Order: sequence, then C-alpha cells, then structure tokens
Amino acid sequence: MRSVASRTSFRRRFVNGLMLGLTYVAAGVATLPLLFVLVYLLAKGVSAVNWSYFTSLPRPPGMGGGGAANAIVGTLVIVAGASVMGVPIGIGAGIYLAERKGAPLAVFVRFLADVLNGLPSIVMGIFAWELVVVPMGHFSALAGALALGAMMIPTVTRTTEEMVRVVPSTLREAALALGYTRWRTSLRIVLPTALAGIVTGVLVALARVAGETAPLLFTAFGNDFWSLSLNQPMNALPLQIFNYAISPYDDWHAQAFAGALVLIALVLIISLLARAATGRGFARASE
Amino acid sequence: MPASEALARARADAADLAAQPARMEVRELNAHFGVVHAVKDVSMPIPEKRVTAVIGPSGCGKSTFLRTLNRMHETVPTARISGTVLLDGQDIYAPAVDPVSVRRHVGMVFQRPTAFPTKSVRGNVAAGLGVLRSVGERVDVDERVEEALRRAALWDEVKDRLDVSALELSGGQQQRLCIARALAMNPGVLLLDEPTASLDPLSTEKVEDLVRQLREDITVVMVTHNMEQAARVSDQTGFFLHGELVELSPTSQLFTRPGDTRTEAYITGRFG
Ligand SMILES: Nc1ncnc2c1ncn2[C@@H]1O[C@H](COP(=O)(O)OP(=O)(O)OP(=O)(O)O)[C@@H](O)[C@H]1O
Ligand SMILES: [Mg+2]
Repeated sequence: MRSVASRTSFRRRFVNGLMLGLTYVAAGVATLPLLFVLVYLLAKGVSAVNWSYFTSLPRPPGMGGGGAANAIVGTLVIVAGASVMGVPIGIGAGIYLAERKGAPLAVFVRFLADVLNGLPSIVMGIFAWELVVVPMGHFSALAGALALGAMMIPTVTRTTEEMVRVVPSTLREAALALGYTRWRTSLRIVLPTALAGIVTGVLVALARVAGETAPLLFTAFGNDFWSLSLNQPMNALPLQIFNYAISPYDDWHAQAFAGALVLIALVLIISLLARAATGRGFARASE
Repeated sequence: MPASEALARARADAADLAAQPARMEVRELNAHFGVVHAVKDVSMPIPEKRVTAVIGPSGCGKSTFLRTLNRMHETVPTARISGTVLLDGQDIYAPAVDPVSVRRHVGMVFQRPTAFPTKSVRGNVAAGLGVLRSVGERVDVDERVEEALRRAALWDEVKDRLDVSALELSGGQQQRLCIARALAMNPGVLLLDEPTASLDPLSTEKVEDLVRQLREDITVVMVTHNMEQAARVSDQTGFFLHGELVELSPTSQLFTRPGDTRTEAYITGRFG
C-alpha cells in the first residue's frame, strides 16, 4: 500500500512540475516577439529619433535631416476626430445594451458590434472611402477619422456595457426611489460609477486604432506638408512608416523605424493611462 | 406588566391609532412578479405620524408590499399590480399620476446602504435636490443638507467631512446618510426596508432612536426581521404570511395578545 501511494505521489509531483515548467516556457515565448520587436526597433531606429524628427517636415531622400512632425500631429488629430465620432456613439450604445439586456434590438445590436469588432480594418477603409472620399472627390483626414471612429465603436460599446452592468442594481434603485427618471439615473448615477472602466475601454480602443494603417491608406492618404484641415489629406505615423518603409532610400528606412518607435511609445503611454484608470476604478470598488 | 394593565395599554393604543388620520390607505392590493403572487388582497390604513412595522418570515412579501407604496414595484420588468393605494386621499396608481412624483413624496431606504460611490457626503444628501429644482421648487442646498443630516443624527459626525467620498463613512454612518438623503426631499412618508439588517448593535440603536424622532413629523413604514425592534419603535404592526396580511394590530397588542394563532406561532418562534 505504502509504496503504491508514494509512487503515485511521485508521479503526480513529476507531472505537476513538468506542466508548470511548460507554462513558464510558454509565458516566456509569448513575450519574445514583443522583446524582439523592441530590441530591433531600438537598434535600427533610435539614431533617427532626434529633435528634428519631432519638429521638421519630411524632406526628399538624400537631403538628410527632416522629420515627421506633420505625421505625429496628424495621428493625434485623426485619432481625436475618431474619438469625437466613436466615443459618444459607443458609450450611448453600451448604456442602451446594458439597460435593455434582453430586448430583440439589443441582442441584434450586440451581435452587430461583435461582427464589427472582427471586421478587417481594410474593409473599414473601403467603407470610409465609399462614403466620404468618393463623394468629396479627394482624400481627407475626415475620411480617416471616420474609418477609425467606426473601428472604435464596438470596443467602446462592449466595455461600456460590461462596466454599466456591474454597477450594483441597488444604486439604480436608490436613484429611482429618490424620484430620478430612468435617463437621469443612467446619466447621473450609473455612468459616473462606471466611468473608470469606460475610460479604460476608450483608451484601449484608442491604442488599437492609433496604429491602424490599412484604413488610412485610401482615406487620409498622407501628406508631405503641414495640414490641419480635416478636409485635406493628412499624414499619420502609420502612413509615414508605410511609405518610408517601401521606399528604396536608406535614410527613409531609418525614419520609418523612428516612426515605429514613436508610435509604439504613444500606444504604450495610452496603455499605461488605461491601466492607471482601471487601477483607480478597482481601488474605489474594493473600498 | 399585569394582564389588565397590558389590556388597558393596548386599548389606549388602538384608540390613538384610530384617532389618527390615515396618511396612506391600502385597499385590496395585489402584486405579482410574473406568475408569483407576492402580495394578496392586502388592505391596511397607515396612520399619520405613527410608525407601522411589517413583520413576517422571509419571502412572505414584506419588501414587495413596501415597494408598492412608492411605485418602486413596477420598476421590475415582470411586475404587475392591482388595487388602490391612497396617499392623502389620492390614488397613487391613478393614470394621471407620475410615479416619479410619488417617489418624491414617499421616500425609501434599503436594507444595505446605497450611498452613491462617486459622490461626496454632501453630494449624496443633495442628490435628490436637483430633481426638486427641475420641477421648479426653490431649495437652498446647504441648508437642506445640514437639516437632513441633523435629522438623521449624523451632522456632528460628518460636519467636518462633507466633501470626502461617502464610501469613507462606516456602514452605520452610510445607512444614516441614506436616511438623510431621503429626508432631504422632505417626504411625508418614509419607507424603511430592514434598515438595520446590516448594522452593528450601536448603529442599530441610533437608527431606532432616529425612527422615534421622525415619528414627530412624518409617517414611517418599516419592514423588520427583528421582533424586538418592531416592539420598540412601532405603533402598529402588520404580520404577513405567504403574501397575506394575517393580522394588523397595535404593536402593544400584537406581541402580547395576538389575534390570530398564526401570528402567535410566529412571534413565539414556532416557525419562520
Ligand atoms: N424581482 C423578483 N422577481 C421575481 N420574484 C420576486 C422578485 N422579488 C421577489 N420575488 C418573489 O416575491 C415573493 C416575495 O418577496 P419579498 O422580497 O417581498 O419577500 P420579503 O418578505 O421581503 O423577504 P425577506 O424577508 O427575505 O426580505 C418571494 O416569493 C420572492 O421570491
Ligand atoms: Mg425583503
């Protein structure tokens, strides 16, 4: 009896150790691509990230210097435009889904949001192209913002829904019992309580679309000059990276790497902000 | 207390309750959740400036009954209701009556504290005042907040912390904050659904004192699981069983000489 017991326990410990080891390896491998990308980008791009990269306009190849100031500003403008369109719609739809969980329209909208979430981003670009670029007759930042804004909607909608749903129903009841109307309850009590989580969702959506290239290729298109007009083509970091990377010039290649670094830094900052917002939300909820 | 004295006291209480005008009056009230018949044919006068306690075993419909008094019942999607509930002689279920305005006159406090987590202490107490202002009432917020906190016996504990988050208060303080929030609306009737169920004995005592104070100027209906509590603070007590109002008597009578064998079984601890 005893020897059997000790044999099975040895086997169990062995299998346990083996599986644990494998999960460590998997965890390590999972972080490798990010590490490789970061090291590679740093090696190739850090030399081109300098003051003029942030302050100068693009220059023709071979002239040296030059930068991507317009692309950095352009990315911020387009992403801001996308938020203006995507965030209110996403939050509104999310509140609707949470408040009317089982209604047929809610089930349908939820399904659509999930489909939209899985839609290849280039399809979104084609959509914006058809809707804005073709009627206007030229590329524009507005079309790019529309494409990215549409991409933000499903993420913002679904996070808002989740966050609104976890607001205790007792708070909603308390507000109704004070004579709040339904919409006033949603806006004044439920939404602020869910805000930290919603902000996180918005930032995650922002980080995701900030790096999108395909939807911008035939909407915002790119621009070698300063332009702050939503009605005109506008440069953006992913476009700058794309255009420089497929060019045959070495100094442009270096600037493409620099652009990638700046873009990653931007996404990283947004992600950190998202974490901070979530952390605050959790701290508050657990008090 | 000798039997004759108890009898005399019960008689006096009954006379006092009968002399009091009915602030609310429930007539043949039925409430459903889908197929669940939660409140069955209940009729009950609720005398002005008196405390009415509602007792009964878990699931007997106490909360549901309470929630029909301020039209909170209908916020549950499957809920249905029939019968009449008069507030100052007017049927609150009449077609022309807006449930939102009923809830402004009939305040409610729940079993667990429901302080709004994103609002300060002051913000919580003032939370309903915006509603009053939106219907054209003129309110001085600071004045109302202080008055409500004083009435809820919380002012001295929080007067220096009006701007901290409501979640920084203790559970008992949060519950009194919720009472203050309801009182700030100046309701004529206050509904309390097991207000001390989640509180420690000291906080419970404070809330009970508070209920006795409130009786001076408003009408209170209180659900409680605690029979000693009902005996301590209420004037009349209704005993519910399976959705029916088995007995409604002056509290002094119900706990000494219950009029129904089921009430007796319940208060002597034979079931529930
Ligand atoms: N939201 C709801 N949906 C469906 N049925 C409900 C709902 N709320 C209560 N009920 C049912 O209605 C009946 C009465 O419930 P109620 O909450 O009024 O009881 P209670 O006397 O307050 O009980 P407790 O002392 O446990 O609070 C119960 O059978 C309960 O299951
Ligand atoms: Mg209850």
